[in-house]
Amino acid sequence: MATQARAIEKQLTDKPMRVSGAEAVIRSLLAEDVDILYGYPGGAIMPIYDELYKFQDKLQHILTRHEQGATHSAQGFARVSGRVGVAMATSGPGATNLVTGIADAQIDSTPMVCITGQVPRHLLGSDAFQETDIVGICTPVTKWSYQITEASEIPEIIAKAFYIAKSGRPGPVLIDITKNAQIEEFDFSYKKCTGIRSYKPVPKVDTSALESAAELINAAKKPMIVWGQGVILGRAEEEFKAFVEKTGIPAAWTIMGVSAIPSDHPLNVGMVGMHGNYGPNVLTNECDLLLAIGMRFDDRVTGSLNTYAKQAKIVHFEIDPAEINKNVPVDVGVLGDVKETLAKVLPMVQANSHTSWLEEFHKRDKIEFEQVIKNDLHPTKEGLTMGEVLKLINQETKQEAVIVSDVGQHQMIACRYAKFNQSKSNITSGGLGTMGFALPAAIGAKMGAPEREVVAIIGDGGYQMTIQELGTIFQTKVPVKIVVLNNDFLGMVRQWQQLFFDKRYASTEMVNPDFVKIAEGYHIQAKRVEKREDLESAVKEMIQSKEAYFLEVCVEKEDNVFPMIPSGASVSDVRLS
Amino acid sequence: MSEENKTFTISVYTENMVGLLNRVSGIFLKRHINIESLTTSQSEIEGVNRFVIVVNTTEQWVKRIVGQLEKQIDVIRAYYHTDEETIYQESALYKVKSDSLFEQRQVQNIIKDSHAKIVTVSKEFFVIEKTGFRHETEQLYNDLIPYGLMQFVRSGRISVTKEAMQVSSLINGFQPV
Ligand SMILES: Cc1ncc(C[n+]2csc(CCOP(=O)(O)OP(=O)(O)O)c2C)c(N)n1
Repeated sequence: MATQARAIEKQLTDKPMRVSGAEAVIRSLLAEDVDILYGYPGGAIMPIYDELYKFQDKLQHILTRHEQGATHSAQGFARVSGRVGVAMATSGPGATNLVTGIADAQIDSTPMVCITGQVPRHLLGSDAFQETDIVGICTPVTKWSYQITEASEIPEIIAKAFYIAKSGRPGPVLIDITKNAQIEEFDFSYKKCTGIRSYKPVPKVDTSALESAAELINAAKKPMIVWGQGVILGRAEEEFKAFVEKTGIPAAWTIMGVSAIPSDHPLNVGMVGMHGNYGPNVLTNECDLLLAIGMRFDDRVTGSLNTYAKQAKIVHFEIDPAEINKNVPVDVGVLGDVKETLAKVLPMVQANSHTSWLEEFHKRDKIEFEQVIKNDLHPTKEGLTMGEVLKLINQETKQEAVIVSDVGQHQMIACRYAKFNQSKSNITSGGLGTMGFALPAAIGAKMGAPEREVVAIIGDGGYQMTIQELGTIFQTKVPVKIVVLNNDFLGMVRQWQQLFFDKRYASTEMVNPDFVKIAEGYHIQAKRVEKREDLESAVKEMIQSKEAYFLEVCVEKEDNVFPMIPSGASVSDVRLS
Repeated sequence: MSEENKTFTISVYTENMVGLLNRVSGIFLKRHINIESLTTSQSEIEGVNRFVIVVNTTEQWVKRIVGQLEKQIDVIRAYYHTDEETIYQESALYKVKSDSLFEQRQVQNIIKDSHAKIVTVSKEFFVIEKTGFRHETEQLYNDLIPYGLMQFVRSGRISVTKEAMQVSSLINGFQPV
């Protein structure tokens, strides 16, 4: 497909041809190697859909059941494949339905290009039917946005959109195209964008920063790494692993970074943050050097900043200059693409092992195992736990699956207990915490990595926010596996109500429909499990299924996720119960 | 770094694009920081615009804001400066009833003493222009109020820095990869 698209691109670059703006959009997408996009039609974008019809052998359009679903599918696609996800919608309500997904992609740095139709240029500002200032609405949540009002702008702007979306720190770009620009004809030729004078995607590496970093690394007695999604976005998994192994530094991850190195790697010490592991959270406040690599010190990771790693020297490897010193003041900021900076720092650091320091992590792992993990993974009580479901999924997928999680307790359990052998495997809404993300994101993930098993882990609440995407699954036959961990509650909010609002369960109890019947209504194989003895065989059956499969697991209603750093508390005040 | 609120002048060099003002001002809105004044015009470089934005905040915040501004695709470069590092002025226009100019000697003295310029005189009104520091334009405002100020308007701060800002060399050094 990619080579075919390149051939088309070449042909297009060579000689201009007279086409409509709508056809130019399609040809531009093909020139950018796009072979799939997600969207929903409507009046202001019909000329482009008409061209999609003509080009359907080259460019597959997936009709989601809601535009929000289109954005999350494009995100899921982008996150597993490392390619740019594309979503499309009509003007007005179609466009505003994209906003949540765009905001999600912005905060989680996901490369995505969204194309919206707009009323014709002469009607702009007249409150025409389905006119919305979508560029204005999306400005704060896009990396870049632009309104095209003339067909001749299309190739250059789409080329810029793709360049911006995927270069440097990736992000979403919105292109709004007035209807007249879709209809007008012009001489089309395409040239990929290779640079923009006002935009510097990758800062130059400063050797002295590398030297200062290496000095601190070599001198440290109790160093610790916290890595984030930057390692994955920078395709720096190899360099990162080499760095960790040479320096022998215990490495912990944020939920966006997990899977960059295998879960079972001996130096992988687990997750930091609000529901992270006990060891790395507590030891953040005991280490003498904190190496932050491709992460952004989100408040869900740091807890209270006033007490965060105050004793430690901090070195921050980061591509985005605006992130250095944004939340946590650092001793050394190493700007640059981590693939480059990690490769360059590697020969400057001494081979080392920190055995007794690593032992500090293991000691705390044992405490966490006794107080939390044992009950989650090997429960002795009657009710099913979310953790045991994850354990079985690990077992049945041999840790090779892409796990797509929604938002809530099940998300934290999925991130804590899912095990990964390969990168780009944990797809979740980290920064925005968007309920409804997982089902459509799983569709995109499966299409972006068809050879991989994709399992969505969703709560009964979030599932009902985008449940209509079952229609997309039915229509496209995309074989995603859907697990709803049903506690009949908006579990995470209920947990906070229990712990911090004296159990006043305001509007968190859910009266749920028969989820199995709903899935069956869409002709998706479905099963409900209520007892432990039925769980393993059901998970097996789901994973072995060649088709989409829906599994509802009725779990304990009022379980809580621990460890937990109460919001505003210090990482070292992480609670185990 | 000082946690004290101070006046900072932020200079933003940008491409000349529709919607950029929205993107620039949104950065302040998102952080709930009030803009004291904002002007935008063509800069010394052809095709490049310059925003001059005055804010009252801490140095820590102004640094973050400049970081966020620079991150925007169409922003070429952003800087911040203290009052001591810039030469700055504001312009004000005052529309006064013509009667007072002819009938009250005082008014003529006020104009002379303030080094203001009379821009236009008609039968009904005259317009005075004064460029200077905020306290100077404010002084003239207070002085003229008793004589029937019909309209008053003041521009945002315009400023140049004492040090050079290397925007031209940045643009000239650009090469697509
Ligand atoms: C769109 C959206 N609305 C509200 C929230 C706030 N919220 C966070 S977790 C949660 C509960 C999720 O419940 P459920 O999907 O059942 O998952 P559980 O926590 O029970 O695993 C809510 C309401 C959110 N994250 N996203």
